[in-house]
Amino acid sequence: MRGLTMADEILRVEDLHVSVDETPILNGMSLTINRGEIHVIMGRNGAGKSTLASVVMGHPAYEITQGTIHYMGTNIEEMSVFERARAGMFLSFQYPAVIPGVQVGTFLKKSVQSVRDEPLKGREFRKELNGAMQALEMEKSVLSRYVNDGFSGGEKKRLEILQMLLLKPTLALLDETDSGLDIDALRIVAKGINSVAPQAGCLIITHYQRLLDHVQPHFVHVMIDGTVVETGGPELAIKLEEQGYDWLETTAEA
Amino acid sequence: MSDEAREAVGDYQFGFHDPENATIRFDKGLSEQVVRDISALKDEPEWMTDIRVKAYHHFMDREMPDWGNCGELNNIDFDNVTYFLRSSDATEKDWDDVPDDIKNTFDRLGIPEAEQKWLGGVTAQYESEAVYHSIREDLEAQGVLFLDMDSGLKEHPEIVKQYFGTVIPYSDNKFSALNTAVWSGGSFIYVPKGVHVEMPVQAYFRINAQNMGQFERTLIIADEGSSIHYVEGCTAPTYSTDSLHSAVVELIAMKGAKIRYSTIQNWSANVYNLVTKRGVAHENATVEWVDGNIGSKLTMKYPAVLLKGEGAHAEVISVAYAGAGQHQDAGAKVHHLAPNTTSSILSKSISKNGGRSSYRGMLQVTPKSHGCRSKIVCDALMLDNDSRSDTYPTMEIGNSTADLEHEASVSKVSSDQLFYLMSRGFSEEEAMGLIVNGFFEPFTRELPMEYAVELNKLLELEMEGSIG
Repeated sequence: MRGLTMADEILRVEDLHVSVDETPILNGMSLTINRGEIHVIMGRNGAGKSTLASVVMGHPAYEITQGTIHYMGTNIEEMSVFERARAGMFLSFQYPAVIPGVQVGTFLKKSVQSVRDEPLKGREFRKELNGAMQALEMEKSVLSRYVNDGFSGGEKKRLEILQMLLLKPTLALLDETDSGLDIDALRIVAKGINSVAPQAGCLIITHYQRLLDHVQPHFVHVMIDGTVVETGGPELAIKLEEQGYDWLETTAEA
Repeated sequence: MSDEAREAVGDYQFGFHDPENATIRFDKGLSEQVVRDISALKDEPEWMTDIRVKAYHHFMDREMPDWGNCGELNNIDFDNVTYFLRSSDATEKDWDDVPDDIKNTFDRLGIPEAEQKWLGGVTAQYESEAVYHSIREDLEAQGVLFLDMDSGLKEHPEIVKQYFGTVIPYSDNKFSALNTAVWSGGSFIYVPKGVHVEMPVQAYFRINAQNMGQFERTLIIADEGSSIHYVEGCTAPTYSTDSLHSAVVELIAMKGAKIRYSTIQNWSANVYNLVTKRGVAHENATVEWVDGNIGSKLTMKYPAVLLKGEGAHAEVISVAYAGAGQHQDAGAKVHHLAPNTTSSILSKSISKNGGRSSYRGMLQVTPKSHGCRSKIVCDALMLDNDSRSDTYPTMEIGNSTADLEHEASVSKVSSDQLFYLMSRGFSEEEAMGLIVNGFFEPFTRELPMEYAVELNKLLELEMEGSIG
């Protein structure tokens, strides 16, 4: 294997088994994402999709009982959540937490500062922020609101994407970012993903094919019972949209 | 600092102390003679000496409160307190004339710098008396009186005599009696009719000596249609033995006047902070207490407002932070004594590392006071399972037209919030700091910006090194 190839591998999940309170959720999950690749994971509720995203990000409630996660060639088992964030990993939450009393503007600046090595210059940051907000068609007034406090579903998702644009992750995990979005918001969110994707590895968890009208995945994986049962190209998402998951279940049981 | 003291207080940044260079120091302990000596030393009029002596006897006869943290209260050794200590022979108008040690202390606390930037006047009290005092010339020209209380009594005895003890008589409680007996220092402010003091004026109280008792007395009178914002801060060195701070603050807002009184109390964790604060609001007047309790070993303080005139308004916004070994027993009291009066109380508390915070509130509406409105919100945030938070609300509603709202909540920092913030690059401590600052935000936004920034930094420091 050439050095270049090594550097291009962003995430490698191998034979991952994960439990919460001794209930197994992931059962031998494997997945490799290289730079510039967009991977989509689909599957029914409870298949373990969100767990995969959380465990890759380092959520302390999940216990890895077997298998490994490598990020940029390093086993990250011992890294805490914030160390992963500082190393370039990002998770767009399905249900982002509300932080009362903390203004979005302050939060964004502190967050970006904690992830970047070099000191943040006020004017440059504001310029960058303005640009990103314009791209996402966000109102300036969002900055003085409290983080996710009283936000609609769509507003929350847009704020997640704004953070992704500012944090410029190397690995972007997007957990049902498209849920609850209207067509316009979906288009805007897709624009955000497409601007980050070429320099990063992207993992998109979704229930719907419609996001994929705007974002071109390289791989589509189907998860059932905590493992990948089928991998294909964009055509797999269309087939799932039309036929559901039953046909895969029989394959899995066979 | 001894190891024991270090353990008790953590990393309190104002815990340094100067050598004690007292020019006059009374022996420890309290007697009628001590009270008379303080009065004689200050060359006070006889009526003040008389009040002091009466107050002293009331203090001696009065039982310790049987509520609040009585266990801690009964630990106070009144015989081991220094009741008067003079560290400088004069109250200077120029920082350069203040003794070097003391000036350096206030420099470290950032007072002269703040004064230059954004304050209308400053009084700096060190131990028992003010060592520095100044007011902007334009305020003086408008007839605003801003003096330390001792000078106030000397220069304006008729005003002091008229109002002293009218809002909080010495017989109000044991500690108001103690304060009245041995008071020294504090601020005296009179704002003439229609004058608006635009820049806040500040008092800073510093205890330096060990086993010191500080008993400042503040009286603020805002005449008709005037307004003023008074800010006080306080710190003390960290010792393994206790000090006592027992102030009395009386506010009088005449018809249509507005007084805002903001406090950031950050005593070291060896200080008993037992303070009586009460304001009177006459017709259409407003009294606001913005009260932050971060430090001390035990604080018992319930800023009160007597709404005496029709249309008067009271506002009490308070926060309390109780860390290891601390009990913040704070709250608010509002008495609706006239029709169509309104009040709003917001209390927020945080308990951490076994600290205890209590909200103690009193809301009274008298029978003749129709059309009153009041809203009370109490929020408590617990940062761990070892800490404690309690609420003791009392309501006496004598008029059925009163419109009252009361909300209370106790919450914990959720693991979802922590995971979210940490996934954005914040360490666990930074995440806690952010959540805590956000929780106190409704309070900090009421502070002058410089204070808000300071308070946020302070809270972030409190979050450091404390998460296992």
